Amino acid sequence: MKKSVLFGALTLAGLAAGAAQAATLDDVKARGSLNCGVTTGLVGFAAPDANGVWDGFDVGVCRAVAAAIFGDASAVNFVPTTGQTRFTALASGEIDMLARNTTWTFSRDTDLKFDFVGVNYYDGQGFIVPTALGVSSAKELDGATICIQTGTTTELNLADFFRANNISYVAVPIETNAEGQQQYLAGACDAYTTDASGLAATRATFENPGDHIILPEIVSKEPLGPLVRHGDNEWGDIVMWTLNALIAAEEYGVTSTNVNELAAGTDNPEINRLLGTEGELGAMIGLSNDWAKNAIAAVGNYGELFEKNIGENTPIGLARGLNAQWTNGGLLYSPPFR
Amino acid sequence: MAITTDPPVQGFRLSQLIYDTRYRSMTIQVVAMILLMLFFAGLVSNTMTNLASKGKTFDFGFMGRPAGYEISQSLIAYDAVTSTHARAALVGILNTLLVAFLGCILATILGVLFGVLRLSRNWLISRLTAVYVEGFRNVPLLLWIIAIYAIITESLPAPAAFRTGEASMILNDSVAVTNRAIYMPAPVWGANSTILIAVFLLSLAGIWAFRRYAAARQEATGQILPVLWVSLALFFVPSILFFFILGRPVSLDYPALTRFNFEGGMQLRGSLLALWLALSLYTAAFIAENVRAGILAVSKGQSEAAFALGLRPNRTMKLVILPQALRVIIPPLISQYLNLTKNSSLAIAVGYADVRATLGGTTINLTGKELEGMLLMGLFYLLLSLLISGAMNIYNARKQLVSR
Amino acid sequence: MTQNLSYVRAAMIDQQDPPLTQKGAVRWVRENLLSGWLNILLTVLSIAAIWYVTSHLLHWFLNAVWNAGSLTECREVLSVLHQVGDNSGACWGVIRDRWTQLLFGSYPPAFYWRSILAMILLVVALMPVLFRDKVSGKLYYFSAFYPFLMPWLLWGGSFWVPLLAVAGFGVGYVALRLLTPVGGAVLGVVGAIVAALVWWIVAMTPINDALHRAVANMRIEGARDALIATQDGLAPRIAQIEADRDAVTAQVAVAVAAKNAIYAPLATEQFRRSVGPVLDEVAALFDGLGATSTQADLAAAYVGAHRLLLDFAPARAPEGMGPLLEQIKTTVRVRVTEDNLADAQEAVAEIGALVAQARGLTAANAMSDADLATGQAAFLGAMRELTALRETQTRIGAELFRMTEERRGATTLLRNIDQRAANIAAHPGLLAAAEEARAALPESVALLTSADDLPEGLAPADVAQLRDALRAEAALASNEGATFSIYYEVGRVGLQPVPSASFGGFQLSLIIGVAGIAMSLPLGILLALGRQSNLLIINKVSVGFIEIIRGVPLIVWLLTAQFLLNYFLPPGTEFDLVLRVIIMVTLFASAYIAEVVRGGLAALPRGQYEAADALGLDYWKSMQLIVLPQALKISIPGIVNTFIGLFKDTTLVLFIGLFDPLGLSNTIRATTEWNGIYWELFIFIGVLFFIFCFSMGRYSLFLERKLQRENR
Repeated sequence: MKKSVLFGALTLAGLAAGAAQAATLDDVKARGSLNCGVTTGLVGFAAPDANGVWDGFDVGVCRAVAAAIFGDASAVNFVPTTGQTRFTALASGEIDMLARNTTWTFSRDTDLKFDFVGVNYYDGQGFIVPTALGVSSAKELDGATICIQTGTTTELNLADFFRANNISYVAVPIETNAEGQQQYLAGACDAYTTDASGLAATRATFENPGDHIILPEIVSKEPLGPLVRHGDNEWGDIVMWTLNALIAAEEYGVTSTNVNELAAGTDNPEINRLLGTEGELGAMIGLSNDWAKNAIAAVGNYGELFEKNIGENTPIGLARGLNAQWTNGGLLYSPPFR
Repeated sequence: MAITTDPPVQGFRLSQLIYDTRYRSMTIQVVAMILLMLFFAGLVSNTMTNLASKGKTFDFGFMGRPAGYEISQSLIAYDAVTSTHARAALVGILNTLLVAFLGCILATILGVLFGVLRLSRNWLISRLTAVYVEGFRNVPLLLWIIAIYAIITESLPAPAAFRTGEASMILNDSVAVTNRAIYMPAPVWGANSTILIAVFLLSLAGIWAFRRYAAARQEATGQILPVLWVSLALFFVPSILFFFILGRPVSLDYPALTRFNFEGGMQLRGSLLALWLALSLYTAAFIAENVRAGILAVSKGQSEAAFALGLRPNRTMKLVILPQALRVIIPPLISQYLNLTKNSSLAIAVGYADVRATLGGTTINLTGKELEGMLLMGLFYLLLSLLISGAMNIYNARKQLVSR
Repeated sequence: MTQNLSYVRAAMIDQQDPPLTQKGAVRWVRENLLSGWLNILLTVLSIAAIWYVTSHLLHWFLNAVWNAGSLTECREVLSVLHQVGDNSGACWGVIRDRWTQLLFGSYPPAFYWRSILAMILLVVALMPVLFRDKVSGKLYYFSAFYPFLMPWLLWGGSFWVPLLAVAGFGVGYVALRLLTPVGGAVLGVVGAIVAALVWWIVAMTPINDALHRAVANMRIEGARDALIATQDGLAPRIAQIEADRDAVTAQVAVAVAAKNAIYAPLATEQFRRSVGPVLDEVAALFDGLGATSTQADLAAAYVGAHRLLLDFAPARAPEGMGPLLEQIKTTVRVRVTEDNLADAQEAVAEIGALVAQARGLTAANAMSDADLATGQAAFLGAMRELTALRETQTRIGAELFRMTEERRGATTLLRNIDQRAANIAAHPGLLAAAEEARAALPESVALLTSADDLPEGLAPADVAQLRDALRAEAALASNEGATFSIYYEVGRVGLQPVPSASFGGFQLSLIIGVAGIAMSLPLGILLALGRQSNLLIINKVSVGFIEIIRGVPLIVWLLTAQFLLNYFLPPGTEFDLVLRVIIMVTLFASAYIAEVVRGGLAALPRGQYEAADALGLDYWKSMQLIVLPQALKISIPGIVNTFIGLFKDTTLVLFIGLFDPLGLSNTIRATTEWNGIYWELFIFIGVLFFIFCFSMGRYSLFLERKLQRENR
């Protein structure tokens, strides 16, 4: 048993961070809220509003999991993590899950002892350049100066891409995205590179977005997904199937507005099992039977979540692209609920 | 008749350890020593247990393994694939030393300048200097570093502006000031250049010898030799002469505008420039206050006496005021240098690859050896601080008034 | 004989005014600004510097936008207000939207009063130190109690926690009283320290837990009903406020649509007005070209056109204009970047035709100045209305957030209470299972408390067994946690707790700074005395500590707090990150305070020490009664300066993931609304720091002067 020194109560046995190593669900239930690691702020994916209420695409995943467990999407403590602290926070049990645009890689999954439970956004690293530069492909950037956030996989991808194409570049390491935007706009670098979703968000804030183009090359695969500690498979299942429920809900046409209606029973057995009117799927993962219904009612299905936070009608304006359902030529493919 | 007797000889009693002032200090020290050793033993044992519970070991072997990450600025040869973590740390250390060294020089110059200006009888300039000093002293350095980096990128022209003719290179097309870097010509050392360097070093030695001779002669005869002119001549003439005799062994590599950037020559990158300027301006604000206090500390009678002796104002400054003011200025100056060196660890804000970024940042992240990495980094800063304060204390001791 | 001497003055001449150059402003200017060639040069340079700065910044500062909900809206307002010319301007809307966040972080707004009260009481507690001659000495008691009061106010918890902490001193005092007659002063002091430490480290936690448990057991019957009542009461209120929120959201949508309707024609007009003259300029550039023009002239014309047109985006262009403009821009760009200059005739024809066509479009559908003014006024009115609506929206959102949090707390507690009996029944079994599993672990994994980062070469069977043991331990921990949380929640008599993660902004900077300085004072004084001591070991230890701390930058110490502090503590102890930072900052500050106090000790005349010795006072008495009171008084300015330095340095906690004002500025930029905003946040933060540090600095200067006067 670990002891945690807190103000107010001085010590709180077990309750606090670091207690759980295995039975995460019991711990979350006892605590009454989910500790979810998010970024300290990334446009469209996670940011607190003026009241300190977090919102965004990654935040939606956290809220969906909380709704699945408690039936209450607000039962989440958002723990902001930096690129450096995110894995420590997860490994030490300070957070129960991490939904922080983290790329699923072999070494993170195995060597760092985490389990990625799925992909909530298929991203890739791209480049943005001013139209005035007259560049139409990243391969024409030989000798260019490129702004890049330090301490991320983007740095390694960039090196790989340029080495593979046998061209040179000058890297300008920057600390935050805001600094990167500012450096790029002032012309201190010819191109800015980060995840394509981030580039779209960045471009949307420019005074004249038309003067900048995002180059067609995507130099890396960046499947971003939520992850949990390795070893607690029951907990991993809950997060994984909550995400799958959101994806499946879109496929079957279940939305936050019609979910209550559909939960009364339909003639599609798949929907019935998903929403808990048939079978005992909830009990199998230690939750109530209407877990998926609660998650969908709270945050909407995957498509709704996407459209609300980063979709084409938001300032960020991302197209679905790879993140469309498999039926629409995308990569989203939820295993069946049976 | 009084009889003096020796006090009764008593055996040593245990309570004397506490009550007898002869032994008490010893007791306290022994107790303190034991407590200290207990503390360290506890610390080490806790650390061992905690390391073991995380399955980690304590060894420095990781320093010999390849680093595998790029460093944006390096004074020595460094290659991401083959260079070790130790070399990456060395690159960081050299970068820290570079910015600290440059910063100390510029901060001193600016600090003295602003300190004197603040005492100026010109109302406007003394107010302006006051605004500068208070502005820098009362706002966090981190904010200034970020702001100055942003100002540099916003206000200096981008290389693209040189192509369209909105900006042009200065100093006869040899230096380009851009918001990425300042590009300058770099010397290319050809054959025979070693001879030239030797000549230059010899002329430096010559200057030093002449100065000594002139000082000795002034002491002996009162005759003043034209030190400045002779020094300047010695500095330039032999080197230039040999430069042509040897057939121009040193040439310059000029930066030239290519598709995206300037290439060739030397460059002073924007991040280093911003960090350097911010550290210098910030520290100079503190030094300016020290200089002002130092000058004010010299009593007015001293300058009046100097004038009464018929010394001209600049000689009064050089021979009377400054030597006395320096004694007051130097000790706080040392601590300002130390502060500047330590503050250079804020390089993180502009992405400059100092020792905290290489050894204390990426290396720790990649290897998970936080205990070892932090220990090495702490030791480096500690040694650096001790060296600076040691060197300056020696200097200080020499200049200090010998009280009789 | 009287003689009338005509050259003797009979009456004094009235005193004359000094010459014009020797009085008033003129004299002042002559003496202060123009007294010599160097001075004149400096004056000119200063005026040039002031002019340079103001000419660049004044426009930006004056064009301030306060009514805007996002950066895009700011830009809309600016472009509407400034139809022609430079339409850059400060967007203070972000400060209006987020100033409470910058001050308090995500501290619950309902408890802002606690934070503000803590600050006011801080000032009261500092009164006797800062203005010792003006306030009653009795306030010292309050000052002494304040360090215990402040954490309670800010972090919440039961009221007895600070009292229990203070009781440690009482225990120490009792021990001193009891032991001194028995074993003398030294034993008394040592006993007092040991007793206090035992109280704090060993006794306090169980007592605190027992108190919570006792109160909880008394209240538990009523608590369940009260919780159900709370839940029932909250449900309709939440429904109501959700309805309110939806209504306001709809209103905002309507207001945004209205604003956009007003904006569209104004934007087009702005574009038309500003692009017209520019097109003329472009045309003029090429008109000047002729048969005699050289390639260089041609290049200059193209470059000039490129520069003029760079800032025009076709998005808001009048109909048909966008593609045309784009065509001109592309033509110019291609010519410039590809070094493919046409001959003069061709260029004039090419650009001329396009420009004429564009000019034709801009002349059409013009808006009269009166219409424009009406439109501008309407737009600003719409923005004002929108901003007011958004503020209501934020207020409702905050209220809703508070209520849902309250409901969540009630639900959780209720669930735990309902499971309490089962949990308690299960506890012995879980405890036995956990202990058994741990005891049965093979030696290779017996010490491990985590299965995340295992050493290499372990047998898979051992790892599996370790996982089982960890699972049993975790089950036990969450069982105990559930029970304990009931005691903690139900048994609390006092303030609602606020987790450290909610702390941020200037509040966090102040807390770290104040706590660091306050707690470092005693340690710093001891270190200073140690450094002066002639006991070799004590002296060397003090010097070593001070030099090590001062030799390493604060950021390294903060990283130590983040990465390493948990290694140094007994296994299983975990500290809150904020607490870890405060500990580290305290150690850091104590080295600096020690140097300041040492300066004070050194500045004291030797005679004071000798006088104390002559009176026969022992070391502690002489320090306490004679030396320290005087030395500390001299040191106060230095301590204040150390505080200013420390307060500024708290911005570094940004690098270990805490939300100081600078960290918050990054978070604010991560919202869709304020992404891309830069200087406004930095300026606001900088100004706040400046006001605080500058006034503290002035105070310390005032104190120094006063001390100089007193010592004269």
